[in-house]
Parts: sequence; structure tokens; C-alpha cells
Amino acid sequence: MKIEMKGINKSFGSNQVLKDAGFVLENGEVHALMGENGAGKSTLMKILTGVYTRDAGTVTVDGRDVVYKSPQEAEKAGIVFIYQELNVLFDLTVEENLFMGKEITKKFGICDKKAMRKKAQEAMDKMGVKIPINAVMSELSVGQQQMVEICKAIMVDAKVLIMDEPTAALTQSETEGLFKLIKSLRKKGVSIVYISHRMEEIFELCDRITILRDGTYVGTEKIKDVNMDDIVRMMIGREIGERFPARDVKIGKEMLRVEGLTKGKTFKDVNFSVNSGEVLGVSGLMGAGRTEIMHAIFGNLPFESGKIFIEGKEVRIKNAREAISAGIGFITEDRKTEGLLLEKSIAENIELANLGKVSSKSVLSKKKGSELVKKGIEEFHIKCFGPDHECNNLSGGNQQKVVFAKWVYTDPKVLIMDEPTRGVDIGAKKEIYSVINDLAAKGVAIILVSSELPEVLGMSDRIMVVHEGKVTGIIDAAEADQEKVMTLATGGTL
Amino acid sequence: MGNTSSATLNNKKSWISYIGEYGAFIALLFLVVVISVISPEFRTSGNLLNVLRQATFNGLIAFGMTCVILSDGIDLSVGSTLALSAVICAKLLLEGVPPVLAMLIALVTGTVLGAVSGLLVTKGRLQPFIATLITMTAYRGFAFILTDGKPISNLARTIETEGSDSFPFKLIGKGNFCKVPIPAILLIFALVVFFFVLNKTTFGRKVYATGSNAKCAKLAGVNITATKVIVYAISGFMSALTGLILISRLDSAQPTLGDGYELDAIAAVALGGTSMSGGRGRITGTFAGVLIIAVLNNGMNLLEVSTYYQDVIKAAVILVAVLSDRKR
Repeated sequence: MKIEMKGINKSFGSNQVLKDAGFVLENGEVHALMGENGAGKSTLMKILTGVYTRDAGTVTVDGRDVVYKSPQEAEKAGIVFIYQELNVLFDLTVEENLFMGKEITKKFGICDKKAMRKKAQEAMDKMGVKIPINAVMSELSVGQQQMVEICKAIMVDAKVLIMDEPTAALTQSETEGLFKLIKSLRKKGVSIVYISHRMEEIFELCDRITILRDGTYVGTEKIKDVNMDDIVRMMIGREIGERFPARDVKIGKEMLRVEGLTKGKTFKDVNFSVNSGEVLGVSGLMGAGRTEIMHAIFGNLPFESGKIFIEGKEVRIKNAREAISAGIGFITEDRKTEGLLLEKSIAENIELANLGKVSSKSVLSKKKGSELVKKGIEEFHIKCFGPDHECNNLSGGNQQKVVFAKWVYTDPKVLIMDEPTRGVDIGAKKEIYSVINDLAAKGVAIILVSSELPEVLGMSDRIMVVHEGKVTGIIDAAEADQEKVMTLATGGTL
Repeated sequence: MGNTSSATLNNKKSWISYIGEYGAFIALLFLVVVISVISPEFRTSGNLLNVLRQATFNGLIAFGMTCVILSDGIDLSVGSTLALSAVICAKLLLEGVPPVLAMLIALVTGTVLGAVSGLLVTKGRLQPFIATLITMTAYRGFAFILTDGKPISNLARTIETEGSDSFPFKLIGKGNFCKVPIPAILLIFALVVFFFVLNKTTFGRKVYATGSNAKCAKLAGVNITATKVIVYAISGFMSALTGLILISRLDSAQPTLGDGYELDAIAAVALGGTSMSGGRGRITGTFAGVLIIAVLNNGMNLLEVSTYYQDVIKAAVILVAVLSDRKR
């Protein structure tokens, strides 16, 4: 199926999101769609699949003009959009999800379970994945849930599959499985639109790449004709310079030490320390227990044994409140469910962890509050209409900056960051790296948990690698490389 | 980097959203105008004060309910809490306890009863609906047990025969200050206090944050358990206060008091535009919702609408108000 989108315009109210956007998708290719957050990738795809209507422009499928009025219509034509937030019913089984709304029925609308099971099993076999079709969705891993979504698309005989950040929540091996599947689909002539911020994936997987900037088509290239710098330049319209800004900080005394931290099988005998001005990278496969260790240190996850020291003194932290007053800050993995009150303003979010600072005797001080928030918006370059801007309407990068502001103003001695740049575009990423450097310069000890190896390698002073709940090694960044970290992360020894 | 033209930054409020925010007040104004035109009697200051006094019972409870709902909870036990604290107060009066002390004990009782609901929700990990369904049933039962199912009447005279001054007891329900009924004054006073607490204190922020995203609030150092327990305790206190006003006016207490009050309170909160899933809403909206229900009840009585039709009309008004208030 060949799709051509040309001169697409789209406005929401007075806000023009797309102007003269478009791209051409050939039969049987994996086509990367890239651009910063807010560049219009998702909007363009939603116009293609009938979620939004276009204001101007043409869409042709195999040379014929088309307008899909709904995602269902697009699906019938063979175009399926798999959203980043998966569209699954968690309490139902795999088979029930696969046939939702298109159940096979006998007389009187009674479901033909047998036929559906058979067809579901066939589809799974065709994909070469082993997921029990009678399993309840919520028991599956995110990767498996995604496979079910893809299976759903295959069952309707999709010719075009659009995937929005499909690997964001996948483990390494799940990602590999997904890539294998995508490649086999390509062989069968299915075209795939692949939206991702991860450069490494784009180069591994895609045939061509189209770049959007500020809602406008910038260009399309064969992936083998471009390198990372070319893509970044096209995305942001200028040179970004060094990907990881240099840091010149003298590392000081020990701020946090963890001894023998243990919780059943989740993590075992974890020992490490972080010093003032130091960035300790934490690497490991998804599910290795990195996040859990951090929650334990922050008092949000009870552990069985182990000791935690702040500036050499042992602390017993039972909850987040005590962690904050002990001088620990925690930028959590998922900013939408844990990091932000999405429906609340920037001001309320920044103030939330700093209520003591913006009040006297429990009564809020308007002056103190607006000073703090104004400072945050300026210092962290948060693009917004003002302190009352609702966080829902901010781009991913700006949302993350709000979370940073919230935590930085608690004046932490130790700041834990779990995947701080996930789903953040390259411009904002660099700003976040600069913030990390500034914090280190101020003497904050930083723990940087990240699944992006280049980030860990580029930003850390030392790297701690976790495998199945155990620390398999702590290496100096100067001596570390991708290979060494991966060896440790998969349980090997150096 | 002064670039604010990025795609999703449309946060300017349209006039429609303003209607959404003040929808309850517009509806109230509309109702008042319509009823005033049809029924001149409605307009008299005597009747308007009457409306305010009638609004008190639902209003005080609805303010507490607003806090609970803002924190992503619900309190079905308000009516039963009202009855149990009122009955306890009456019992104490029979025993010759001085009225002021008896009333204070009733208020403390209500607060504790509310806190129990809060503990069931937090420490017991029960869903608010179930937790307060349990306390609602239990408290009502206790009220029946204490009174043996019979009303306790002639409270003022009882106080006097026991040798105490019945003035404070009569004052709370029947008293006037500059011709304004004391209950109405209490209602306005409560409105100011709730407005202040919800909008100007750190506790208010914690209530909103808890209802908006408890996980995030907890990680930001908010004590979710304490916040929720306090919120239910406030609701219990307000129910007990309403109970005292009620028995003062009726001069008697019975275990069936406050039956069904939770529904009127929830209706007022919903009318006021507060989100049932917490985090969003205003106490002023609830106040408007309370007045809408009071004006409607009063107006329909003046217009001699049959009671059978009254409930249907009330339901229709709530439906229209809530629909028009749905997320713009």
C-alpha cells in the first residue's frame, strides 16, 4: 500500500499544528517519522487514520484520494494505529481483546468461543509469538500486551501499521522480539510508520526517514545516506553541538551510602555510595530492580534489611516525607502517573513538594509561591503561558522541566532521577543534561537511572550496573563502554 | 527561547469555560428570577431568610462532603453520623449534662465517627463507597439501639428541669442575630472557613493533590493517610453540627434523623461542578448547588407543586446542570 500525504494543514482553535506537512510511505518499508515533541508527528498520523479531519491537503492511498472519517474506516482500509498508551482492556483475556467489537457469533448473537480461539491461535502462530490466548491482559508484560495489539492489527489484515514510541516501555529482549516481528512483517509487504525518539533504533530498523519540524515537512532521506547529526540538524533546524555537555566539577565528600539493601528476590545486598557533585549512572535491563532500589531508598518501598547513610549518618526513612526532609529528591520514572498532577497548574505542581517553603504556619503565601514558581519557569526555561498553565497542555519536555523544578527547590543533597529524559525530545534532553550538570556543580549528588546506554555513558562519573536485583559492577565512566555495561547488565563478568 | 507557539499550548480560557466554572451560579440566578416572577411571595425577605435557613442543613453537610469528594472519596455516612451524634447529645441532656458540654461531646463524637470512616478507607484499604456504606449502616443501628427506636422529645424542658439554662441549646437552631437566623449565620461562616482552608492553606492543597493524583502527592511528601482521615473527620464534624441544629429546632431527637441527607449533599456537590473523581471543584460551587436545591424546594412548595412531581423536577434540574457543566 502506498500512501501519499501532501500539503496537510491543521489548526486547533488559533493554534496551527500542521502547515504543509506530509510524507510518502512506500509498499513494504519501515519508515521513521521523527521530529521534536510537538512537531506534529502524531497529529499527522491521526489525520491519516481519521481521528482528526484535515483543514487542507491531500491524502492518496494507492493513487486514490481518500478521507477516512473514523479510525474504524481506516482500519477497514488496512491502516492501523498502535498508540503509545496501549488500547487494551486489562481485565479481559487476550482472545476477548483480539475480538473486541468483531466477535464471531453463532445464532442469536451468541459468541462462538471455539472459532475465535482457533483464529486467535492461528494469528499468534503466524506471528511466531507464544502468548496464551486465555491469559488475562493485566497478567502480561507490556511487551506482550503490545504483541496482542499488533496481532489485532494482523487479524484485520493491516497493510499499514503505525507505531508511536513502541519500545518506550519494553525490555531489551522484548524490543528485540518486536524488531524481529517488524522485519518479518516488512517481508510480507506490510508498511510500517515508526515514530521514535531513539536514534539507535531508527538506524537499526528503518529504511527511510521523514522529518517534521514545527508542523512542517522538512525532508525525507534514505537512512543509509544520513547520520545522527544530519537528523538532529533537520529536526531542530540548527546545530545542537555536543550531545552531552561537558561538566567540570570537583567531586566532594560522600552524600549517600547504601549498605546491604535487600528485599527478597527484588534486590539483594546492594552496596554503593554517591558523592557530592558526582553523577552515578545506574544501568541495567528493564526489570532488573533499579527502580525498586530507588523507591526503597526514598522510603516508598519497604525493604527487609540494609542501611542507608546520608552524609555519614544512618537514617531510617519510612516514607517520602522523611526522605525529603533527609535531603533526598526523587524524579520518578513515569511523570504522568507519579511525577505530576496533570490536571493542575505548573504553580501547584512546583509548590506541591515545597509547601513548607511557600507558606507560613500552614497558610499559603501568595508572594512566596509566585516567586518560587516564577523562578522555576525562568530557570528551567519552561515554555508556557504562565504559572497557571495546566500541565496536561505542556509538551513532554516541558512537563519534565516542571518535575525538575519541583524537586530541585526542595534543596536535595541527593537527587535520584529515574529515566529523566524518556519521551523527551532532543532539544529538551540537552537542557535537562545542562540542569544535571548545574546541580552537580552545586554539590548535589546525582543518581541517574537510565535505559539509554549512550546517556549513561555520556553523563556519568561512575556507572553502577544491576542485574536481577544484584549489583554486578560499578565502573568508572572513563573506562566504561557499551560492551562492558551490557556484559554486566546481562549477568556476565568483566 | 521565547517561542510559545509550540503545538499544544492553547490554554486561553474561552467564554464557554467561564460558563462552565460559574454554571451553578448562572443556573441559580435563572431559577431565582423565574420563581420570583411566578410567585411574588418568594421575593419577601422573610421567605428568602427561610430559604437560607432550609439550606443550612444540606449546606453544612455538603461542605464537608465537598472536601471528601475532592480527596477522591465519598461519605455516605453523613446522615447516620448526624443521627447518632444528635441522639447521644439528647441522651446526655436527659442525664443532666449541661447543654454546652453535651453539644461539645456530640461534635467530638461526630468527628471521631468520621475519622473511623477515614481509617477504614486508608488503613483498612476499603473503597470509600463501601467503607462509608458500612459506617452508615452501623451508626444508624447504634442510634436505634441507644434510643430503643423511640424519639426523645421536649429537650428544652428537660434541660430546664435538670436545672440548666436551655438558652445555648435553643440558640443554635432557633436563635436570631439581627433578624438573621443563627443557622444561616453558621452556614455563611462555614463557607468562609472552608473557602479559606481549601484555597489558602497547605492542607487545602494536600486535599486537592490527593484527589488529583494520590501517587504523585505521596511521592511529593504529602501524608495521604492523614489527609484522608482529616477530611472524613471534617465531614463527621459537619454532620454532627447539623444534627445539633436540627434537634434544637425540632426540640427532639430520633434515630431516623438525617435519613437520605447524603444524597442531597452529593447532589449539591455535583451541581457545584466538583468532579466525582476528585481533585477538581470549588466550595463556592457547592454553595450555589445547595442554594439551587433549597430555592427549588421552596419555590415548588410555594407554587404548590405536588410532592410526587417535586422529585422528578429536582432530578431534571440536576441532570441539566450537571450535563451543561460537563468538561467544556
